[in-house]
Amino acid sequence: MNAGTEFAIDVRGLNKHFGPKHVVRDFSLQVRAGEIYGFLGPNGSGKTTSIRMICGLLTPDPGSGSGTCLGYDVLRETAAIKREVGYMTQRFSLWEDLTIRENLNFVARMYGMKHRREAVDGALERLGLQSRANQLSGALSGGWKQRLSLAACLLHQPRLLLLDEPTAGVDPKARRDFWEEIHALAADGLSVLVSTHYMDEAERCHRLAYIAYGKLLATGTAAEVVSSQKLHTYAVTGPNLAYLSTALRALPGVGQVTPFGNTLHVTGQDDSLLRDALAACASDAAYRVEPIESTLEDVFISLMAGATDNFVEQ
Amino acid sequence: MNGFSLSRWFGIIGKEFIQLKRDRLTFGMIIGVPVMQLLLFGFAINADPKNLPAAVLSADNSPYARTFIRAMENSGYFRGVVQVAREDEAEDLIAHGQVQFVVNIPENFSRLLVRGEQPQILVEADATDPSATNNAIGALQVLAATALARDLAGPLGAASPSPAPIDLRVHRRYNPEGISAYNIVPGLLGTILTMTMILMTGLAVTRERERGTFENLLATPALPIEVLTGKIVPYIMIGLIQVGLIFLASQFVFNVPMKGNPVVLFFVVLIFIAANLTLGITFSSIARNQLQAMQMTFFFFLPSILLSGFMFPYRGMPEWAQWLASILPLTHFLVLVRGIMLKGNELHELWPQIWPILAFMLVVILLGLRFYKRTLD
Ligand SMILES: Nc1ncnc2c1ncn2[C@@H]1O[C@H](COP(=O)(O)OP(=O)(O)OP(=O)(O)O)[C@@H](O)[C@H]1O
Ligand SMILES: [Mg+2]
Repeated sequence: MNAGTEFAIDVRGLNKHFGPKHVVRDFSLQVRAGEIYGFLGPNGSGKTTSIRMICGLLTPDPGSGSGTCLGYDVLRETAAIKREVGYMTQRFSLWEDLTIRENLNFVARMYGMKHRREAVDGALERLGLQSRANQLSGALSGGWKQRLSLAACLLHQPRLLLLDEPTAGVDPKARRDFWEEIHALAADGLSVLVSTHYMDEAERCHRLAYIAYGKLLATGTAAEVVSSQKLHTYAVTGPNLAYLSTALRALPGVGQVTPFGNTLHVTGQDDSLLRDALAACASDAAYRVEPIESTLEDVFISLMAGATDNFVEQ
Repeated sequence: MNGFSLSRWFGIIGKEFIQLKRDRLTFGMIIGVPVMQLLLFGFAINADPKNLPAAVLSADNSPYARTFIRAMENSGYFRGVVQVAREDEAEDLIAHGQVQFVVNIPENFSRLLVRGEQPQILVEADATDPSATNNAIGALQVLAATALARDLAGPLGAASPSPAPIDLRVHRRYNPEGISAYNIVPGLLGTILTMTMILMTGLAVTRERERGTFENLLATPALPIEVLTGKIVPYIMIGLIQVGLIFLASQFVFNVPMKGNPVVLFFVVLIFIAANLTLGITFSSIARNQLQAMQMTFFFFLPSILLSGFMFPYRGMPEWAQWLASILPLTHFLVLVRGIMLKGNELHELWPQIWPILAFMLVVILLGLRFYKRTLD
């Protein structure tokens, strides 16, 4: 352990090819100790691949960047990294033909834990799964599998958590509990990198990174990410919004048109063009147009649309 | 700091055992397959091998004896007939399987022959694999009746009696009744071990990869050597259970003799199991999924079963096939098991068959380490 490391994760310029496909490009990420860092991006953008490179499960392309994780070199000290990182895979990766207790016990053993029994009992209790401890984990529902996986990767008291879509398929109550636990752990000094597709979760993170098609497009706090994109958004209410949205999309200066219930969010980067477009289509008195704050979602969708042309999906 | 951890190792072994226990079908197959095969292979597999190595222990250097030896070679069944001078030399050759026959021509062969007194020729045959020797013995019997007919027809015509001029005595060594179960049962031991050991370990790692659990295992500090060997151990025990079953059947159902030392047999079996397990683990580090591991297993298993001498006598095959077969551990294992059970060979006599298995293992381990992936790349 290197003393005085400010960053839990500090990688720069990582690249990864799968065959001819450039999946991650010049990936740089700085996660401070004790920080909850959100990792967002569309499907196939390289989130899982980046996380795997950070914890040593994938080797970055040779000669392309370097970095540290908990002060250890991500290229050379993967063994040390593995001991102190808790990695929760996107897909359930505990053994379905082992019981819940056997799984936790096995994981505890792999990390060479001293007080295995107590740790496993404690984890079962926190999960509220004592009564089902001898059930095969393959028989659990999707959400419970996620919660078991999280418990398993917290077992050895890691200093850094890498969570790959930990709350996919988890109900709102359990999700809230999960985030409360994460914040409590972070308050104790644990650093967390969490990938997610949920905007409310993104807003619960201290800082965010947005990746699309292998390229990191934005980083910072939620507010910074929103303001950095200089998006202008208008909420439109009125009749026949479906027709209106088609009409708007055809006009210059209109980026995204997204229906939110009875309102239409119209975003664009050039405010004057956007106003012109709205004036042309929604000038009728039946329509109400008012400027609103851009949301993270508006920003992400606009980022994603802007990034597509840089990448040819094979 | 990151050395081999016994606790982790036992953890992996324990997990593997639990999973094996829960997989009832596989477990049943592992025990059921040997029993089924033993019953199925009750019939003899026959063939007509030629060019069998033979030795002649001749105490008579007459033209008649030489004619007989030449006639043996010309029959096509015998190859490179070597002349030996002493009985213990001949005994050595047959005990180590270097020759399959020893033909003893007695001192007074030509004198008795000329007098028409039917001299005896004693043929000792290594009958551990009866199908390999039966036809050659048949050919010898014809030779005894006809080989010397021309030599005797001339001036000694009178001496040529109507029954065969030579009294051919055949001594089937090691398996006097020519019972093919004596050959099949040890052979099954080898084929079943080859099959299950390679397949089970071949699937062990690819299964984890296919189910996605390999990612979890890789993310823990467990070392590759712990994972690989931890996965092997349960199958060594399974292999020993199979060996126990087949051995018991060989003793009590098929009454195959056990001339040698059971400890030596156990030792040889362990080496053979280890060789197959390393191959299985190597397959599973090369294969991307369980299907590929299965295909690799069969790709190896078929030549093993066909060329090793289990299905067809080793010496009945063309030379290139014999050469190929000599790479396969099963080929050597069959000789070893027959040698121990039927001939009572001791460890020091078995070395020529043991080192090729060890060499095979070494090469396979090197390949396996070369291909083992420490990451998900
Ligand atoms: N082992 C692999 N071999 C080849 N291509 C791969 C491999 N793993 C990932 N990819 C490709 O890399 C790209 C990024 O995949 P990755 O799983 O990192 O995306 P992601 O951001 O995690 O997506 P999601 O949100 O769907 O989980 C995809 O195009 C995928 O097809
Ligand atoms: Mg992913």
